[in-house]
Amino acid sequence: MIITHLNLGILLTRIWRSMVDVRIAGARSSTKPNVSAEISNLVTPGDVITADTGFMRGHGTYMEDEKLYASVAGVVERVNKLICVKPLKTRYNGEIGDVVIGRILEVGTRRWKVDTHAKLDSVLMLSSVNLPGGELRRRSEEDEKMMRHYLKEGDLISAEVQSLFSDGALSLHTRSLKYGKLSQGQLVSISPSLIKRRKTHFHNLPCGASIILGNNGYVWICPTINEEVEQTGGYEQNLEPIQKSDREVIARLRNCVLALAEHKMMLYDTSVLYTFEASLRYSVKETVKPEVMADIIEVAQQRLEREGT
Amino acid sequence: MAGLELLSDQGFRIDGRRPHELRKIQCRLGVFNQADGSAYIEQGNTKVLAAVYGPHEIRGSRSKVLHDKVLVNCQYSMATFSTGERKRRPRGDRKSQEMTMHLQQTFDAAIQTSLYPRSQIDIFVEVLQSDGGNYCASVNASTLALIDAGIALRDYVCACSSSFVNDTPLTDINYLEESSGSPEIIAATLPKSEQIVFLEMNGRLHEDNLSRVTDMAVKGCKDIHDILDQVVRDHVSEVSTVHGWEN
Repeated sequence: MIITHLNLGILLTRIWRSMVDVRIAGARSSTKPNVSAEISNLVTPGDVITADTGFMRGHGTYMEDEKLYASVAGVVERVNKLICVKPLKTRYNGEIGDVVIGRILEVGTRRWKVDTHAKLDSVLMLSSVNLPGGELRRRSEEDEKMMRHYLKEGDLISAEVQSLFSDGALSLHTRSLKYGKLSQGQLVSISPSLIKRRKTHFHNLPCGASIILGNNGYVWICPTINEEVEQTGGYEQNLEPIQKSDREVIARLRNCVLALAEHKMMLYDTSVLYTFEASLRYSVKETVKPEVMADIIEVAQQRLEREGT
Repeated sequence: MAGLELLSDQGFRIDGRRPHELRKIQCRLGVFNQADGSAYIEQGNTKVLAAVYGPHEIRGSRSKVLHDKVLVNCQYSMATFSTGERKRRPRGDRKSQEMTMHLQQTFDAAIQTSLYPRSQIDIFVEVLQSDGGNYCASVNASTLALIDAGIALRDYVCACSSSFVNDTPLTDINYLEESSGSPEIIAATLPKSEQIVFLEMNGRLHEDNLSRVTDMAVKGCKDIHDILDQVVRDHVSEVSTVHGWEN
């Protein structure tokens, strides 16, 4: 007994020495820049924004005694007569037309419940998905019985926001071949406020991987599928093993996305690509280290400033 | 308590403060990545961590769903090593259950609950080190965590305790003063509008002195608000400068 414990102890110590990269909390360099002069139109909960009654109440504000108060901490945004306060981070606030990544939570009658990091679970109706093979017809009882064959609990999908319910819940649709079930790849979850709104959120990056930047802060990284033919809404999954080189690219991209999020940089195709290219000087394993991350981000940031968007 | 002078003739308290002085407050927002909002606060030797999850779909039984407002769910717990005597503290014990209820009531009053119908907000509070004023530090930490999570509040909620010794009201009392048998008033307020959302009193206090002691606690809340507000402003400025949102 004693001997085995001792052996285990020695073994663990060896593993520790060879694998663990130790940093003491105190030695960590503070990445925080010196706090520059406070931003002028900054408010915190309970601050009076204006006592003027001529304004309209937007998100993050409330009216009391004819005064407009802030209810969250953030920067005041004014569009004509409308005043809003945008907090730094929140749950995802859906808007119609947004591209989102979601995970199926529940199969219900004619609908799926989907987690999209919103305040309430989103709904994907059976009538708003493409049936396998792209058939266009009314959904029959047979289809209802087959629902779990199409999408089951734990499956990941990409979808678009179709409408909003009165309580703020989202209704999704996948009525396009670019949406649908996701097969092999990696999901990264970051703050929704870091995703830049763009014309397209699907990108085939030149480094050999595709990335879907969901507006809800979920980012999907997968190997690029070349054939146009394969866009079947994801019902036919390709479960062939993925090459090591592709997996390394995906892992590197994941680390880049996390590094961007860590440094509060906006995510869009160019920023991700520049970060990826800046990270090529290091091995994939090294890119999770905080100091390497900071270095990569600095290089990418400089390049972004130099070469524009 | 025999031999323990809570207030010296020179007007100093045991830890060297004047009657109206708060303990040193240090705090930080966004200490966890996983939570929607989180904060850490030190008030003297009392150290508290708070994490907020939500608003999200109600977990567990469907019957808890409130159709017009959000369900505020709190959990207060104390670490095994938080007090002088090491002791395992199961979550469901009476003291922490009572504290959980108090926190829940406090934040139900301060969160704009009607904005998030059918959903739930979880507030988890862990006391890492306890030196009196656990409720106050928990409330202050939770407020910061809620702000970090971007949840709409009517105002900050700040809590402060006060006591009454030698005809003098003391503010923000520590463990020694708390356990000396002198009366204790705990107030949680919305400092800007000076509304009291929670008030608790332990011990015996003459009616004539009540308003003085309460005023001291409310004044303490305002002082705490100023400190917390500065921290929040610094945090928001720093992050939004990086974002490039200032313009």
